[in-house]
Amino acid sequence: MIVADRKSLEEILEMVADCKKILIVGCKGCVTVCNVGGIKEVEILSSSLEIARKKAGNDIEIEMKTLERQCDNEYIEQLSETVNDYDAVVSMACGVGPQFLSEMYRDQKFFPALNTTFFGGATEHGVWEERCAGCGTCIIHKYDGLCPIARCAKSLLHGPCGGSSNSVCEISKDTECVWDLIVRKKMEQGRLEDLFIVNDFKDWRSARDGGPRRSIREELVQGNI
Amino acid sequence: MSELKSGSNLEKVLNAGYFAFTGECGPPKGANVEHLTEKFKFLKGNVDAVNITDNQTAVVRMSSLAASALLVQEGMEANFQMVCRDRNRLAMMADILGAHALGIRNMLCLSGDHQTFGNHPEAKNVHDIDSMQLIRLVKTMREGKFMNGDDIDVPPKMFIGAACNPFADPYEYRVYRLANKIEAGADFIQTQCIFNMEKFRDFMKKVVDMGLHEKCYILAGVTPMKNAGMANFMSKFVPGMDIPDDLIKRLKSVDKRDQSEEGIKFALEQIEEFKEMEGVAGVHLMAIEWEHKVPEIAERAKVLPRPQM
Repeated sequence: MIVADRKSLEEILEMVADCKKILIVGCKGCVTVCNVGGIKEVEILSSSLEIARKKAGNDIEIEMKTLERQCDNEYIEQLSETVNDYDAVVSMACGVGPQFLSEMYRDQKFFPALNTTFFGGATEHGVWEERCAGCGTCIIHKYDGLCPIARCAKSLLHGPCGGSSNSVCEISKDTECVWDLIVRKKMEQGRLEDLFIVNDFKDWRSARDGGPRRSIREELVQGNI
Repeated sequence: MSELKSGSNLEKVLNAGYFAFTGECGPPKGANVEHLTEKFKFLKGNVDAVNITDNQTAVVRMSSLAASALLVQEGMEANFQMVCRDRNRLAMMADILGAHALGIRNMLCLSGDHQTFGNHPEAKNVHDIDSMQLIRLVKTMREGKFMNGDDIDVPPKMFIGAACNPFADPYEYRVYRLANKIEAGADFIQTQCIFNMEKFRDFMKKVVDMGLHEKCYILAGVTPMKNAGMANFMSKFVPGMDIPDDLIKRLKSVDKRDQSEEGIKFALEQIEEFKEMEGVAGVHLMAIEWEHKVPEIAERAKVLPRPQM
């Protein structure tokens, strides 16, 4: 899923400093699962903003709404009748949400309440880790299901580099060396020779380097499914 | 290993069977050419080639390409270091061609320290290709082709170097990664600074058992310690360093003002052992910000005069 962190209250307060009435829009997708942009978090942000503004002697009126998803116009449309009743709208979706909102409602201002961080999952309660870089050409089968593009600090296709020490990456003692994991897994499985090759140069056109990406499924476009 | 691939001085020295002796020089944090050429003087005539580091430890300095060219202008031989952190494939190929045009004939292909260690940790890194692929790229270009298969008009004939750190983990894999670099096209290897001699002996035995020393020249990395404090610091804060407690104890056992001499003595003992060690074709001396000690170390290591090829 897409993982995000909430921006600081100070930053959000600064964004809405000139506003008297705002709408906070949550999302029931990924950001609900990673506990940062669902119904509960919308309520917490709303209360926090109200208290801070009250304390500053500058009350703010806040309404809340949480959509099924903010990456789908079908749900974005649900705001059509009320969206212009506010001075601004704060989105608690990933970076996709405020853009879908902005594109549909051209007269309104939208602010992102989250910093979208990565594609990953929860490794323990309250901890999420990156697993995918969305490079558009998956090669994890070559590395026994472990992605060096997303998880090696240098995206090495032939690691581990000289900074791998006791299974830890040189950049931080909290960062696992994914190449250590790859090598050990290959050793356990007796398939170390899989790594004794020089891989082709990666074609980054399928990644963000090739420009903004689009995915078209003809059968859906034509309405056959 | 008889037909010359690049015709560099380093290649000729190694090809003729001499025990190679290379040095290193970090470009200045500024455009101070005078300071750089001052440092070159300590290396001239005392080493076969000088590694010019490429934004080492991710700290911005004069470009390794420019500093290598300045070295060549001084009548010396450069080993132009290139890291994958700061350049994409277009910039790499352009700089490889430019380097050759400026008289540079050796290259060392590296991944590069992560930018979080340096003085611009906010930077975006590149890592379009990795060091293994950079080795392959330089070889491909030497054979007259760009990465896309197009022909190169006057191919850049480089003597291709790569690094090897036998002290990083997982240790069991290190010799295979070295083999992979040789397979990719490395002509010579310069190892990370060696302090743990016992582990390096074991590593070289594995190298020799696999016959890798017959496919590639291996230069053992030596860094003389200035004092016990430096040893302590490197042990604790420099990733991939293996500094045995015995060495730190040895440095501490002498008076503070004699510690640098003790560090040099240890380096000289290492060089003596490397001269005899099977599979080791030379020494790469990394006298970090201690270039002025190189003439003395070379003299006492009995590696002078350097062969005139």
